[in-house]
Amino acid sequence: MVNSGTGLSIVTDPSVVSASGRGVIGESVRRPDGTPKVQGRFAFSSDLWAEGMLWGATVRSPHPSARIRSIDLSGAWQIPGVRAVVTYDDVPGNKMFGLEHADQPVFAHDVVRFHGEPIAAVAADHPDTARRAMEAIVVDYEILTPLVDPEIAIAEGTPPIHPDGNLFRRLVIRRGDMSVSGDVVVEGTYEVGMQDQAPLGTESGLAVPDDDGGIDLWISTQWLHADQAQVAASLALPEAKVRLHLAGVGGAFGAREDCSLQIHICLLALQTGRPVKMVYSREESFFGHVHRHPARMWYRHHATRDGRIVKVEGRFVFDGGAYASTSSAVLANATCFSTGPYKVPAVDLLGLAARTNNLPCGAMRGFGAVQTCFGHEAQMDKLATTLGIDPIELRLLNAMQTGDSCITGQIVTGALPVEEVIRSCAEAPMPVLAEPVDSPMMALPGGAGRTADAAGVKRGVGFALGWKNLMFSEGFDDFSTASCHLLDGVATVKSACAEVGQGFVTLAQQIARTVLGVDDVILAPADTHIGSAGSTSASRQTWMSGGAIELACRTVRQKLLSHVGAAFGVSVDDLDIVDRRIVSRHSAKPVIDLDVADAAPGVAFSAVEEHHHAPTFRLDENGQGNAHVSFAVAAHRAVVDVDVELGLVRVVEITTSMDVGKVLNPLQLLGQVEGGTAQGIGLAVMEEILLTAGKVRNPSFTDYLIPTALDMPPVNVAQLVEVPEPGAPFGAKGAGESPTISSTPAVVAAIRNATGRELPRTPVRPHDIAL
Amino acid sequence: MTVAVPRSLDEAFAALAAEPDAHLLMGGTDLMVEVNYGHRRPTAVVSLDRVPELRGWERSADGRSVLVRSGLTYTEMEIGELAESFPALAQAARTVGGPQIRNAGTLGGNLGTASPAGDTLPVLAALDATVVLGAAGGAQRELPWDEFIVGVKRTAREPHEIILGARLPVRRGPQEFLKVGTRNAMVIAVASVALVVDLDAATVAVGLGSVGPAPLRAREAERWIAERLAFDPLGISSDGDPETLAEEFGRMVAGASRPIDDHRSSAVYRRHAVSVCARRALLRALSPQVVGT
Amino acid sequence: MSEYCAYTLRVNGRDREVSDGWLGESLLWVLRERLDLPGAKNACEQGECGSCSVLVDGSLVCACLVLAASAVGRDIVTVEGIAGAIDGSDAVLSDVQEAFLTEGAVQCGFCTPGLIMAVHDLLDRVPLPTDLEVREAISGNLCRCTGYGRIMEAVWTTVRLRQVGGQAR
Repeated sequence: MVNSGTGLSIVTDPSVVSASGRGVIGESVRRPDGTPKVQGRFAFSSDLWAEGMLWGATVRSPHPSARIRSIDLSGAWQIPGVRAVVTYDDVPGNKMFGLEHADQPVFAHDVVRFHGEPIAAVAADHPDTARRAMEAIVVDYEILTPLVDPEIAIAEGTPPIHPDGNLFRRLVIRRGDMSVSGDVVVEGTYEVGMQDQAPLGTESGLAVPDDDGGIDLWISTQWLHADQAQVAASLALPEAKVRLHLAGVGGAFGAREDCSLQIHICLLALQTGRPVKMVYSREESFFGHVHRHPARMWYRHHATRDGRIVKVEGRFVFDGGAYASTSSAVLANATCFSTGPYKVPAVDLLGLAARTNNLPCGAMRGFGAVQTCFGHEAQMDKLATTLGIDPIELRLLNAMQTGDSCITGQIVTGALPVEEVIRSCAEAPMPVLAEPVDSPMMALPGGAGRTADAAGVKRGVGFALGWKNLMFSEGFDDFSTASCHLLDGVATVKSACAEVGQGFVTLAQQIARTVLGVDDVILAPADTHIGSAGSTSASRQTWMSGGAIELACRTVRQKLLSHVGAAFGVSVDDLDIVDRRIVSRHSAKPVIDLDVADAAPGVAFSAVEEHHHAPTFRLDENGQGNAHVSFAVAAHRAVVDVDVELGLVRVVEITTSMDVGKVLNPLQLLGQVEGGTAQGIGLAVMEEILLTAGKVRNPSFTDYLIPTALDMPPVNVAQLVEVPEPGAPFGAKGAGESPTISSTPAVVAAIRNATGRELPRTPVRPHDIAL
Repeated sequence: MTVAVPRSLDEAFAALAAEPDAHLLMGGTDLMVEVNYGHRRPTAVVSLDRVPELRGWERSADGRSVLVRSGLTYTEMEIGELAESFPALAQAARTVGGPQIRNAGTLGGNLGTASPAGDTLPVLAALDATVVLGAAGGAQRELPWDEFIVGVKRTAREPHEIILGARLPVRRGPQEFLKVGTRNAMVIAVASVALVVDLDAATVAVGLGSVGPAPLRAREAERWIAERLAFDPLGISSDGDPETLAEEFGRMVAGASRPIDDHRSSAVYRRHAVSVCARRALLRALSPQVVGT
Repeated sequence: MSEYCAYTLRVNGRDREVSDGWLGESLLWVLRERLDLPGAKNACEQGECGSCSVLVDGSLVCACLVLAASAVGRDIVTVEGIAGAIDGSDAVLSDVQEAFLTEGAVQCGFCTPGLIMAVHDLLDRVPLPTDLEVREAISGNLCRCTGYGRIMEAVWTTVRLRQVGGQAR
């Protein structure tokens, strides 16, 4: 069942870039948008331009909590070149927006709830004019004490900071005999800091009003239709008059699932009757999108003497910041996956997501599973130490498999190769690594800073396992729509799926080629002229929109074969497409062997299909129910060098195995594995948005550090475990998120191994090790 | 706003005379960040990057000092004879930003901005460098580094003056620069230590960065260690256990630091880091053969 | 917006007029918004990401930190001109650009133009770099998608092909 897919060897042989020369499923096909991207000609949302275009800018609150006494816009209007200034009062429709709950005002008007909350927006003939206008707007604030501790926010008696209250969600998961106690009990409290997605492209877009009062918005987003619904509601326009077009997206990772500037620039464009472009600065970007939830997690694991987990207790507090965004879904994920892919007969878990005056938090790659994975894997290591069992053996002993029950009572019916993932990663031969004393200074912890004393560098190895759901959960029907049009061997496929860098555009072509036997596949632009594709998140687009494209192509294929069958008097059931040819099966007469491109000259075949995943259900009052569609598992083994005295860390090697169902494009999959791993390493050793009393202290790439090429080790892919997933297109699981989940705990485990420190918090800061 | 691009030092002074409030632009790596973010809207800029008299470096006739002109980029500091003469300067230059920043940023810019985290500044401090300021008509004055840098991002440069460069005394002996940051490259210093041994004068000098409003010297520790080392033409050595000596030296150097808590680190950690880096710098100086590249 | 001016920049071998410019504009802004050359990207505007890397008189710099008006008379090469600048022909793609495609070094593509410039700059100076030299040379170019693995492969592929072919393209 399990293929030993060694990602590296597959893709580094240039001759295998397209084995068939056709670019079908399973091959390392080149990206269709690659050439313009390497030439600098690919149009990102920040590259757009329109005749008569104005520049928008956003006035933001410098305070995390304040009452707005007054807003004086007159200064802005006096600046030549200023064309529009809008505030809350100018929002014609729904003054509130939000992905799941419309609880966030388009502009703050009575109170400010987070540092950087939008107050007003301006449009002017030059960005510097817009900036001057912003500075000329006078807001009189009554500064309030911010509520920044999530525990206090949800404590009894704390006044709500929002009419909807301070609790986004309280989720209880109870199962099994909760009175049971283990021979061995280990307990720990863990913390995860606030991570930023830091896509290289900041938020940007271009809104162009039309003559009939409608608007076209070119935007970098993860979910065109969710944006469309929110923009239309706030503009009081029918959705048909709000047409969204996907502009080039400079990375996303969750940061673009919520609206940022979408409503603001449309308002400005409608007010001025002119196109309006807005591009956030890097600083503004830190305020302009949601972040990964900081979390505080308490765990108590009970196990038998021989290492079988009998019960897990836990309490998880997630800081959702000022507005709801996807906090309730993040919390559900965090809690549902909080015990890891292990057999746990009894749980008593409480998840809480709180509203505070910190930056709003929502989606980021891994979506809740990242935080609790950091906790459960630290617990597994602690348990192994307490029991005197090898940590890998302990994980194998408790590993779930297909047919086992989740803590929510859901039986896993799909592929769940936990054991294969653990074994292949943990048992992978350790690459030959230079010893610290033989390494140049640049390769040691501290790098260019030449701080390391090679003799004092300690090496450590750590292992972690993580899992997560694919697709949306708890009854959400996040379907996807796609169309296919075939004429003379040229297929045109269309989907509103947001290509954010992951390579869906490549995959869409591979699927169409594979199903239809064509070479030429045109990708129609992604926009709202077709039905929703759902969000590019939750590792779901390969499955959902890939599946929609496959369905649409299969319908067209059937129509084509019916046409050919009718022409030749052959039953459609006797026809097949093999490579580029339509052929008759086995004994069918007459023998047909036609090139797909020539099979029906001048005849067009079209189809639009929706792809729905199996239905899921809400969790009941004990957190029980079939809430999830599918699950994916991954493991990392990290090797770190630590300058123990200075607390500086160098990740020198990382090995991973992943449960992928089937490899559809080896090169692109490797890109997801390496890139996701890098974000996990960042969370382990450097990435954190720092807030003091609700104020952001490091909103820049000078002080919010993400890994450079000198911080990122080579990723050794031990195995891509291919157990086909029932119900998934071509058996493939989504692979976007799993590489991010277990990399962080693996690196921190390695640092613990090197230093003997407990390190209950990530990112690990130098002083956590050194002092 | 005006932008002047003088092609000679005389033209530069003329441009500065015409716009006395002009901001002097060398590599642009500090000023343009402020302009891009709207934090500064200069009314006039005099760009000095094409003034030939500000390029390169020059050894004095007696060979005892080098004038590093203000237009010398970090990349240029990293290589060649200059790097051989001042290894700590080369090491510090290599820690500045990414390669793009090192190609543009200059010594003059580092001095003019006078950030507490300016990477070359602790080296200049440890070398007892002087800063050469010029004015129209060939007038010049030369200030010790600690009279030039007078506070956080504040210098003694008069508006009509241009930083011509820094004069670095040539010291024979080991030099070290260590910078602590939470990333392996392209990071602002949390703390940095420059150590310069002068075998001829039998002295040790230590410059500290990011642990005070301006670069600091650890003079007490310098005197203390110099008394306990043997200086000979080939290097330094110690009578006692070098580890013990270096440990105490590190502690004393840390005592000279005046760090604060900020978003990049804490005062406690910074003081600790200074102590560790000073100790390691001294041990490397004591056994230069094991120093890596 | 009180002060406008006109000046000429030499970009990708051509003289380009900049009219109506505000003198405080960076080279990055002028390239992108006034000269229709959006290849250099704006990801941080403070020299911390390398997305806007261009060559100015042969030196790799961040265009966001160059005051455009001060670059008058300089020879500026952007990613749009790199293929031609390398061998003087109308080559569609340079060898580095080609290798980025072959090795899967492109995901969202926002950092790509800057990295293409940085890799050209490195390999033109150091034809056979070590692993650490490559990593240091691109350490000023942040990539958030790839984890740098495929980018490193693209560098090695270029190095290999240049050795075989004996010349840069």
